[in-house]
Amino acid sequence: MNATPSSRHHLAQINVGVLKAPLSAPSMAGFASRIEPVNALADKAPGFVWRLVEEGEGDATGLRPFGDALLINYSVWEDVESLWNFTYRSEHLELLRDRREWFDRVKEAHLALWWVPSGTIPTVEEAGRRLDLLREHGPTPGAFTLRTSFPPPADHAPHA
Amino acid sequence: MDDSSIDAAQALADPVRRRLYEYVAASGEVSRVQAADALGIQRTLAAHHLDRLADAGLLEVSRRKVSGREGPGSGRPAKLYRRSGRELSLHLPPRDYELAAHVLAEAVERHGAEEALYAAAREEGRRIGAEHRDEPLAELLRARGYEPGEGPGDDTGDGGVRLRNCPFHTLARTFPPLACGLNLELLRGVLEGRGEDRGRARMDARPDRCCVVISKNNEH
Repeated sequence: MNATPSSRHHLAQINVGVLKAPLSAPSMAGFASRIEPVNALADKAPGFVWRLVEEGEGDATGLRPFGDALLINYSVWEDVESLWNFTYRSEHLELLRDRREWFDRVKEAHLALWWVPSGTIPTVEEAGRRLDLLREHGPTPGAFTLRTSFPPPADHAPHA
Repeated sequence: MDDSSIDAAQALADPVRRRLYEYVAASGEVSRVQAADALGIQRTLAAHHLDRLADAGLLEVSRRKVSGREGPGSGRPAKLYRRSGRELSLHLPPRDYELAAHVLAEAVERHGAEEALYAAAREEGRRIGAEHRDEPLAELLRARGYEPGEGPGDDTGDGGVRLRNCPFHTLARTFPPLACGLNLELLRGVLEGRGEDRGRARMDARPDRCCVVISKNNEH
């Protein structure tokens, strides 16, 4: 992990998945039944800041801003380490291991990260642009991945 | 091969230091007094060896005030030692299996060949398990570098055991679902090969631990 925690910046995360079948399909039950517990786990994970939720719902599975088949997961974390620990060092890992049962394999990047000033939530359109940026240029400070991450923009040190 | 690896290996050549290193690795974080008492050696000697291990990069040092003593006159914070995250490997002649593992993992991921990987891991596990049927499971896990935990933080709450060390650490850092999936199937295979219930190995990832937990024997 090459990103150190920064109080002035938080980490935004967008990831998209191509569903093999509608969420109501019996073949998707294994995934659908785990959405709520895994979201609850995220909500109390150390470093969790925010996640996109549809108005009046408990999650964002009904929101399909990038097309009907594309499930989006959009969240903000304190730093790379906290997102990494939730993604790969919690029950969420089990879900990832089985992902091929429910999601098509995509060749392009499906997860993008970027730093945002603390206290701000970028729009979904912005998240889409970051994913495009990553797909076009590979990991850069403007859009990167968990495997190749970048530190937050330097905090301006106060004058001594 | 760099000089610091040689130096670290040399630091471990001393039997007292090696016992100290193993004690610290198994305990998590220890003070000089704890280490000296555990090994039955003088505190000054323990301090000397612990610092030598820290100089060699094998241990990390932090300072913390001993709880219960605060305010002026409570003394200097105690030096606490824990195993460092640094990896030491000495291959002669030079080998780089890690790079090969990363390239192979990348290929498996690109090809979506996880099922084939897991099947191969299961078979390898069965072979290992069958070969070590009569050995206690904890011994086998220890010999394979898993470091089954004995501390209070290692109990899963249901009598199971957490594994303190991930033998595939750097691979698991870069390819978590893939490496952890491989590990789970390998361990399930080991249990099968020993004629035990493969379901005893389950995934329960926690920070700074192996992703797999071994449950107690299910004897109802």
